[in-house]
Amino acid sequence: MGNPILFLILAVIAVGSALGMLLSRNAIYSALFLVLNFVTIAVFYLVLNAPFIAMVQITVYAGAIMVLFLFVIMLLGAERLGGVGAVRDWEWATAALLGAVLVLVFILEMVLGKGVGGTETAVFVDSSPTALGLRLFEAYVFPFELTGVLLLIAMIGVVVLGRTKKRGKHVQHSNN
Amino acid sequence: MTPGEIALRALIVGFIVTFAFITGFAYTTLLERKLLARLQHRVGPNRAGYIPIPTRDGKERKLLGGFLQPAADAVKLFFKEDITPGRVDLIIYNLAPMLAVIPAILILAVIPLAGKVPWLVPDPYNYFAIVPGLNVAVLFVLAITSVGVYGIVLAGWASNSKYAVLGGIRASAQMISYELAMGLSVLIPVMLANSMNLGEIVAAQKGGWFVFLQPVAAIVFSIAVLAELQRAPFDLLEAEQELSAGFNVEYGGMRFGMFFMAEYMKMASLSAIAATLFFGGYRGPFVDQVPALGFLYISIKIIIGLVLMIWIRATFPRLRYDQLMNFGWKVLLPISVMNFILVGVGIVLYEEGVFTPLIEMMRAFFFG
Repeated sequence: MGNPILFLILAVIAVGSALGMLLSRNAIYSALFLVLNFVTIAVFYLVLNAPFIAMVQITVYAGAIMVLFLFVIMLLGAERLGGVGAVRDWEWATAALLGAVLVLVFILEMVLGKGVGGTETAVFVDSSPTALGLRLFEAYVFPFELTGVLLLIAMIGVVVLGRTKKRGKHVQHSNN
Repeated sequence: MTPGEIALRALIVGFIVTFAFITGFAYTTLLERKLLARLQHRVGPNRAGYIPIPTRDGKERKLLGGFLQPAADAVKLFFKEDITPGRVDLIIYNLAPMLAVIPAILILAVIPLAGKVPWLVPDPYNYFAIVPGLNVAVLFVLAITSVGVYGIVLAGWASNSKYAVLGGIRASAQMISYELAMGLSVLIPVMLANSMNLGEIVAAQKGGWFVFLQPVAAIVFSIAVLAELQRAPFDLLEAEQELSAGFNVEYGGMRFGMFFMAEYMKMASLSAIAATLFFGGYRGPFVDQVPALGFLYISIKIIIGLVLMIWIRATFPRLRYDQLMNFGWKVLLPISVMNFILVGVGIVLYEEGVFTPLIEMMRAFFFG
């Protein structure tokens, strides 16, 4: 991470948008804060010299998945959170506990380990699409194919679940 | 060059190019109105601004009638009363037009506009763009176009109007459906040129445009672009007869103007992308000798793209919603997937030398 000031600005936006997503009472605002968070993380990738991942992050998460989320929220009209106590006490406690553990791990890593954002120079990795593709299809071809099969299974599951019960009967459209 | 110098150059060049395109936007609206009028056997706007040429019989001929119409439109939009409907979500209502315009302008950053023009192109690069040398430029275009839908969807949601919400929902469903076909057809020039850098894709078309090599991909891309732009015949989200004006029905004045601007800027920048990917980009006769000609050629190609879009609007009726979805998922997507696989296999076979005897045979046949 080159510039500490840039990092600080991005970090504040990333954490702020994550908090905004959690604390918004309106689902549309939550979704938008999440989009902002994704875009900030894409900028992080750019600063870390990984433009390919940054662009894929924006296309897939901000461009496709969050548009689907918005679509569902708008279609169901589920913008407003119900008045019933949505977050229970034990959920707050668990969240606080897990957060504390995470902070503790970070502090330990900073004190005992080499430190976060330490002084050692980062190894320059060729992050061009060509290099990434070669690495993905040579060194990591098995996990890659495995992921592909997993996604295919999920897709087949969606098709099976989304199929209408009555087979052979087509839904009539209003015009014919 | 230092990073600071690169950023400064990008800022200055970006400012100039963006203003050129915004002026172009104003005249695209005039082009659309005039051309649509001629195609529908009307005259179109011809009153605002003309050059009077006196004739012998004391009267005067009106030349270039209507060339000030964009200025008149802009003045009208600026001075219209800025009405905000009641009970809208104020933050998102005001944010949505900006979210529509910004992606439309951002695409301009990566378009190669000319070859290596002396003085304008710094040394490591060999083509002119606001941000040259981006090795993921194609993905950048896909990313920005996919983010472009937010302005429309949020405008629909924030307006507190049923028509607008329906328009927004239609827009998001349509964008998701056609993005896949568009992405797959964009990848074909990438495979043919073996690069995601738009400058290298243009350079790879020196021997011949990719549209001749891959007409299927070019046609699928053009259709998907029309759908992404929400242009006729895919303009369901602003279907006047059912939704009055769809997502922008509650907007007026310059806020409406911004949606208008977003649409036309996107038309221009996506026809520039189409020209770059399939029609040789800034390449044309003598462009290697005089690189500055590239600006002329890309402008001509953009204008041809715009004219085609307007022509299509005047020709085809709007699709019904189920036709739109069926066409996207059951026709366009299978075609582009099959084409993608065929091109991939074809390139591998070509590189393995399977076609070499065939090519030799044809060469011997045609050229003796």
